[in-house]
Parts: sequence; C-alpha cells; structure tokens
Amino acid sequence: MAGIPHDSYEPSTRAESWLHRRLPVLSLVYDTLMIPTPKNLNWMWIWGIVLSFCLGLQIVTGIVLAMHYTPHVDLAFASIEHIMRNVNAGHMIRYAHMNGAALFFIAVYAHIFRGLYYGSYKEPREVTWIIGILIFVLMMGTAFMGYVLPWGQMSFWGATVITGLFGAIPFIGEPIQTWLLGGPAVENATLNRFFSLHYLLPFIIAGLVVVHIWAFHTTGNSNPTGVEVRRGSREEARKDTVSFWPYYIVKDLFALAVILAVFFAVLGFMPNYLGHPDNYIEANPLVTPAHIVPEWYFLPFYAILRAFTGEVWVVQLASFLTGGIIDAKFFGVIAMFGSIVVMALAPWLDTSSVRSGRYRPMLKWWFWLLVIDFFVLMWLGAQPAEEPYATFALIASAYWFFYFLIILPLLGVIEKPLPRPDTIEKDFDDHYPPDGGASTKSVAAE
Amino acid sequence: MIGKFTLSAIAALGLAAPAIAAGGAGHVEDFEFSFEGPFGTYDQMQLQRGLKIYTEVCSACHGLQYVPLRTIGDEGGPHLPEEQVRAYAQFWEVFDEELDDFRSAKPQDHFPGSGDENAPDLSLMAKARAGFHGPYGSGLSQFFRGMGGPEYIASLLAGYTGKEKEEAGSIFYENTAFSGGWISMAPPLEDGLVEFDDESPNDVRAMSQDVAAFLMWAAEPKLNSRKEDGFVAVLFLIILSVLLYLSNKRLWSPVKRRGTDGA
Repeated sequence: MAGIPHDSYEPSTRAESWLHRRLPVLSLVYDTLMIPTPKNLNWMWIWGIVLSFCLGLQIVTGIVLAMHYTPHVDLAFASIEHIMRNVNAGHMIRYAHMNGAALFFIAVYAHIFRGLYYGSYKEPREVTWIIGILIFVLMMGTAFMGYVLPWGQMSFWGATVITGLFGAIPFIGEPIQTWLLGGPAVENATLNRFFSLHYLLPFIIAGLVVVHIWAFHTTGNSNPTGVEVRRGSREEARKDTVSFWPYYIVKDLFALAVILAVFFAVLGFMPNYLGHPDNYIEANPLVTPAHIVPEWYFLPFYAILRAFTGEVWVVQLASFLTGGIIDAKFFGVIAMFGSIVVMALAPWLDTSSVRSGRYRPMLKWWFWLLVIDFFVLMWLGAQPAEEPYATFALIASAYWFFYFLIILPLLGVIEKPLPRPDTIEKDFDDHYPPDGGASTKSVAAE
Repeated sequence: MIGKFTLSAIAALGLAAPAIAAGGAGHVEDFEFSFEGPFGTYDQMQLQRGLKIYTEVCSACHGLQYVPLRTIGDEGGPHLPEEQVRAYAQFWEVFDEELDDFRSAKPQDHFPGSGDENAPDLSLMAKARAGFHGPYGSGLSQFFRGMGGPEYIASLLAGYTGKEKEEAGSIFYENTAFSGGWISMAPPLEDGLVEFDDESPNDVRAMSQDVAAFLMWAAEPKLNSRKEDGFVAVLFLIILSVLLYLSNKRLWSPVKRRGTDGA
C-alpha cells in the first residue's frame, strides 16, 4: 500500500492464521482501525464519526419505521399517526429519525466547512472530496424524498415545488418531470417511488462512505497544518502520528456523547422545533400553504434558487444570449445546482500552494464571510420572496459564487502565506512541549 | 465593502420588523401551561375538564379522527378509570364496516371525525399551529416559549371581540388571534357553558385554556413519557461524556507528555 508506513497485521492465533490464508478480513479491520493518524487533529475532525453514527441511526430507525408505514396517499398520514400513538416507542423512533436528519446535516455542513478552511480538498485528496460532495447530494435527495413520506402539507407542496424545478429545463424538462413524478402531478405514484428510493439511497450512501474512507485512508488524513505526514520510514511516520484506535476513537466517542446529549435534549423536550407546523396537516392538493418553506437544511440553496429573478441583469443577459432558452426559472435551477458544483470544483479553483487556512491571512477573512453568508442565505430562504429579502438573497448568492470562482483562484496569486511548521511533530510540540511544560513553568516562576 | 454590507444588513433588519408586525398575523397570548418547559407535564384534572368541554361543545362540529378512545384512560393523559372509558366510548356512534351500519363505539375505536366539512379535525391542531415566530422570522422565540400551538388555540377561543360582519352571505366574527382578524367560526364558548363537578372556574378564559391543554394532549399523547425518556437519556449521556472525557485525557497524556497523574 502506498500509504503511511505502519505495522501491518500479523495473525497471532492458529484460528486467525487459518482465516487469514482464506480471507484477510481481519487484516482489513486491523489496517482500518490502526491507521496512522496525524496527532495534531483538532475538534473539527470529529464530524466523520458523528456522520457515520447518523447514517447508522437513520438506517436503523428508518427500517423500523418502514415496518409500520404505508406509502399510499390515503393512508400515509394516518400511518404516521399510528406510529406516533400505537407503535411501542414509535413516537421516539420517529422523532429520532426526524431530528436525526437535522443532526446529519449539521454534521455534514460542519464537515464541509472544515474541509474548506483547512484545504482538505487539495491534492492528493480530490477524489475524497468529490465523493464527499456526491454523498452530500445523495443525502439531500434522500432527505427531500423522506420529507414527502408523511404526506403533510409541506411534504406535498415541497415535492410539487422541487420537482417543478426539473420542469424548468428547456425542451426536455416536462417529460423529465412527468417521468420523475410518475404522472402529471404529485400523487400516489410519486409517493410510492419516493418511498422506494428513500429506502434505497441510504445504502448507496453507505457504499460511497466506504469509498470515501478508503480514499482518505490511501492518502492519509489531512490535518490543521496541512503539512503531510513524513513517510520516509516507519520511525519518522510514528513521530507525526498516533494510531486511530484507541486515540481518536476514544476522542471521537467523547465528542459524539456530548453531541448526543444535546440531541436527546432536543428529542425529549422540543422534537418539533425544527419542523414546520403545516406538516401536521394532511396533504391537500386544493389548498396551498401561505408560505412553502423547505426544511432548514435546504434553505441556503433554496435562497440561491429564488435569488435570480428576471429583473437581474445577469439573468437578462443569459436570456438574451441564449435566445430565451435560459429564462429566470431555469437560471435559478442552474444557480442552485451550480452552487454545489463550484464547491465540488474547489480543488481546481483553489490555486494556492498552501493547504491550511491557518497560514493564509487573506483566505481567513473570505472564508468566515462565506460561513456568515451561508447562515444569511439560510435565514433568507425562509423569508417571503419580496423586498428587501430579494436584494439580500441576490447579494448573498453572488458572494457564494464570488468566493469559489474569483477569491479562490485569485488568492493563490496575491496572498503571501505565513510560515508553516516543517513537520506535524513540530506543530504538536509547540502545543505540548516535549519537556512536559517545564520550560513554561520555569518562566512563570521567575 | 464589508462595512457597507453590514450597514445595509442592519438597515434591512430595521425595515423588516414593521413589515412582519403588519403581516396580518393575529395576537397570540403566552398562556401558562403545566406542560411547558423540559419538566412540565400534563395536568390530569385539566385534561379531564378539557375532554368534557370538547365533548359537550367542540365535538358538535369538529372531530378527533386519529385519537383512539381508549387513550383517555392512559397514564399521562386524562387517565379515566377503565369503566368510565368504556361508558364514555358508548356515548359515540361509529360506522362499522363489517356490520355495514352504525353502532355505539368501543374503547378500541377512534373518536369520530368532523361532522361538519368546514370544521377541521382537531387531532393534531395543537401541533399544526405555531403561536410564536420571530424575531425577524428566525423562529428563535419558539426556542424559549415553545411552538405556541396550545397558546394559539386558547388565544383564539378567548379572542372574540363580539363584533360580527356579513360577507357574501356568510357571517364572520372578529377575533384578535385569527390571522386576518375575521373568522367564520361563531364564538363557541360563553361563561358558565360547561359545569365541572369540582366547581373549577368555567369562564371563557379558563375553559379556553382547559380545552387547549386537552387538544395538546390529543396531538402529543406521549409528551410526559417522552420528557422522562429524554431526561434519562441526557443524564446517562452526560455521565458517559464525563467518563469518556477522563478516559481520553488519560489516554492522551503520555502522548502530550503531561505525566500520568493527569495534571
């Protein structure tokens, strides 16, 4: 393996040797758990385990829910109430699944922004990054279809609005929309296929997660300095790393326990806080809710979708140049998907030779502005499509693209990076002096 | 550029505030309910009073189609004794598909649905309405005050001003809590309308709160046990966190060369 040099698995008992000769599965487990991991990882590197937990939680609770749920327009809403009232612990399982989706997205956004700040996407981890973005897109698809299943008002109207986006594609849009819905509008066929896909996609995500882990186990983890682990020899590598088990597993489990304490507080005391009240009203195709609002984790992208109206000169220009093929609606769709595509392209848009934002004095500011921008977009996505929100949504959406398409390529040229430590060991020793802090103690005594 | 952006953001927030206030949403009073906060639980006597008001007043038009009749005997609900549950169930008529006819209800049946097309089912009403929004549409106030469904119901029932108007052949009643200010439901409650055995207050305000509490239970019957489970889970996870924190500290101390005493 081309990875970091480390001790490899040796079967220690006869039974292990027997199995190892036939199927080296224990070796795979050993290498996965004992992978040398940079010893200077900070608390932003815990989200991977939280995300793995979320995927497991969603699959387990989802399988139980599917045992009691009925995907039929006349029965779906009532079957959810059956789960909430009659199934043993059904209300807790459903609330865990609902809020589990929210935790999943909190964790994935933290994980993505971690990657953006520390340049985790850069060479040689582009494949890890791309697969991560794919997982994120599949997560959004899964969450969207899952939200339709309770067949409440927001389920129905959310599905109507979002599948309508595909109808905005010129020429082939309407047939695609009909094909997706299984008919001219959101109806029983739609609910059935969404249920089927909502059950399928998590397993595809699980498969991609394995590839995601495989990819970064090949390149090794990134770390806050962005300096690579030395690979000259096993001894050298050992100075920069600790084994994943037990050091990071225990650390990550501690973080997970703290996060779960908060999660269970939400579950026990305010399980509907993140949901929309309208989804406790059964779907009614004849009554449109006053405001159709997607779940909070879609709001930033929903804001981008709505930001580009026909009054924006960029949209008018695009419409003029394409002879009207790209209208405002289609432009919004392109912008929304484009906002994720530019993120996926970050490894090639970022021209800086320095990986970590810690040593990039200019990037820091633009990065935090992007984080604020993300939350502003989230807030704007929930507001009605009117002034002054529309103007703000336009500015905030523009900044999203500005960051990826202008700032990232430009900073590599104009920015003067700060000095970086030569090794991970050096960075670690600066935080935890090798003499046990004796030097700092003596300074304090003087 | 950043300065300009911040300034205009502040200006926008200032503009947004009156826009929301004038948005036509009704006034929802923040009533005190026993089930508020992490440790709040249902008041069994209040749920029984609310059940009585629902039965004698609301059920004339509205229904509770998702609520099984037996659950009024459940702990954490009105908790009526078994024979009373059975007697109460018989009060209702339900359609039996096997008999192809109506018969008196049994505890395993559900409450009947709405008899009047224009009267929505109330099973989930307390969760299908939010009383508090803001500030600036952020929903943060719900974090501190709850979603406000029961507050909305109580405010609506106690929010009639007594004025009415006729529009397109229908009568509308002015209501301070209803969005738009005019509602087609006639004021359902009046002082002393329902008598309670224990002579609890039966003015409109008190009854509005009682029936709102009952509807909250109807929408969220497992609230008491859910909060207990949440409390136990949080407690357990805090203990687990402390243990894992100490394990982690001890595990890393040789790596961080902090000595094995954990100092």
